[in-house]
Amino acid sequence: MNKDPAVQNHKKMWQELGLDVKLHNEVLASINDQFRKTVANQKNRPAGMAYFDLVLHESHGGRIAEIIAEKKKGNKMIGTFCIYVPDEIALAVDIVPVALCGGTNFSVPYAEKTFPRDICPLIKSTLGLAFSKTCPYAPIKSMAVGETTCDAKKKTWDILAQKVNFHIMELPQKKGIIDTHLWLNEVNEFAGKLEQLAEKKLTAEKLGVAIKIINNKRRGLQRLSRLRSQNPPPISGLDALVVMQAALNDEPVRFTQRLEELNRELEMRTEQGISPFPKGVKRIMISGCPAVMGNWKLHSLIENAGAAVVADETCTGLRYYDDLVDENPADVEGQLAAIADRYLKINCSCFTPNNDRLDKIIKTARDFKADGVVQYVLQYCHTYNVEAIRVDGMLKQNNVPSLKIETDYSEEDTGQLRTRVEAFLEKIA
Amino acid sequence: METGTDPLGNAKTILDGSPYDRITATGYGRYLAHENFAYPVITEIKAYALGAYFLFPGCRTVIDIGGQDSKIIKIINGKVEDFEMNDRCAAGTGKFLEVMAHTLGYTIEDFGIEAMRAQKPVSINAMCTVFAESEVVSLLARGEKPGNIALGIHQSIVSRLQALIGRVGFLDEIVFAGGVAKNRCIVSLLEKNLARKLLVPDEPQIVGAIGAAIAAGCINKE
Repeated sequence: MNKDPAVQNHKKMWQELGLDVKLHNEVLASINDQFRKTVANQKNRPAGMAYFDLVLHESHGGRIAEIIAEKKKGNKMIGTFCIYVPDEIALAVDIVPVALCGGTNFSVPYAEKTFPRDICPLIKSTLGLAFSKTCPYAPIKSMAVGETTCDAKKKTWDILAQKVNFHIMELPQKKGIIDTHLWLNEVNEFAGKLEQLAEKKLTAEKLGVAIKIINNKRRGLQRLSRLRSQNPPPISGLDALVVMQAALNDEPVRFTQRLEELNRELEMRTEQGISPFPKGVKRIMISGCPAVMGNWKLHSLIENAGAAVVADETCTGLRYYDDLVDENPADVEGQLAAIADRYLKINCSCFTPNNDRLDKIIKTARDFKADGVVQYVLQYCHTYNVEAIRVDGMLKQNNVPSLKIETDYSEEDTGQLRTRVEAFLEKIA
Repeated sequence: METGTDPLGNAKTILDGSPYDRITATGYGRYLAHENFAYPVITEIKAYALGAYFLFPGCRTVIDIGGQDSKIIKIINGKVEDFEMNDRCAAGTGKFLEVMAHTLGYTIEDFGIEAMRAQKPVSINAMCTVFAESEVVSLLARGEKPGNIALGIHQSIVSRLQALIGRVGFLDEIVFAGGVAKNRCIVSLLEKNLARKLLVPDEPQIVGAIGAAIAAGCINKE
């Protein structure tokens, strides 16, 4: 029997949601096991991390209860799968947006029962949770929002849309004038769809507040990021990742408040010279695919090998918090245009050409004094995998050592990855 | 020797009664050794670079095909400058050769010799160990000669290895290390494809161990 108090507390809720409670317990046990072996196993963690650990721990429990309470007030929840989907608009009509990407290997086989094996682990993990009735967000969401960042996702949405209320935002593949128009149109259409779902009109006042809420969250994450540029950084890259994973799940105002508390603690640690790492630790930047909740594999591998992850050029890193939405526009039309503008600045590998991403990588590597860049490719993510060739070439030109790691969520390649990462660190020593 | 299912026990048996100052462990079991008797540990990439440079001071590139992975290492004065390793699966490694030899009924020793005697290689498409095994079975069922299939398998490994070499490039002189370097068919195919002679140590499978010993020696000097 699972003695985890969260499991005991929420058992009734999960039953009422129609989850496979027994299998769900196994999912949680598997994620908790990974968490214990990686995140909880670190030394000298900031005290403020306790809150973010709790967010992850309660993501299937307390957070669900909270959203159910919102629903009782008549509010809705939407599930998203990509950081291009603007949270601001949802918040402005009292809709709770939650990122639903899966980072656990446990659920992958449940997706592979029907889906091809050779699609990325993030999609398979997400689908596997839904298919096996172990995702508590699936039954409480009013709508899912997909986007067109990769082929496997696009076709997955078509299948899911047969059973689930689904909205798809078309993300252009270039960033020219026509593409900007297309994206603005998509943002406007999304806003209309959310107004319909919430049965509320967007007002400039509420949208303005929502823009500030999410901007403040970004400001907090930017501050955390700057703290990591210290030598040695006052926080591990793995803990910074945990904060990011919590950002994708937690209520944003509360999250930002706790994040600023953590930032204050980290400033004190910096002054006092407290760090999980010795001075002069090798500094690694990760670039590429996201590592969502349940996936602590690469950060933990790199830091166990004795280096510090100091920056993440990923969707669970600076792509999420870089650039703010302009807070000046005073009407809904202008605010939506400002939102569209900010989100299109994100540099996903689905764009062509993608020179801005390359510039960003080299600038970040310099700003954070990275000794090396590890390009993280989730297996079968073709765009990041192929773009890695250009990124590698550009890094070499700038004398920044780089290593590409292509892997999934399983542990079977841990030995080989460890050898690669350690040899990379030996090389740059 | 084979590490087998009890690598720690085997290592302890070998060490039993042998005096030593310091042990440096390398390879997949390095942390297991580290927990028990070895300090410090280095990766086999570094170990092969050190070992190959010790045996052949002119060495700039090491090709190593071991049991679980194959690597290309570029070195300058014994230091790793760049490296590449094969993907996660056993394709193109010693394990692949071992499984294929077994499927065709050869010993590891005879496998390369039989392949060199073959006249007409049969091309093998599948690089996955599991798929290649069934491909070999169906080729045998079609009446293809085992020797020709063996040559095809050797060629497929070498072409896989060449793709890996292409990613890092190579500089002369090239040392071919790892157990698979004992296979003369692989050596000659690789020499033909790269259009140069390879330096093969007398005992290619212990180059990593030599490198680890050198690393241990350096620490004692410090």
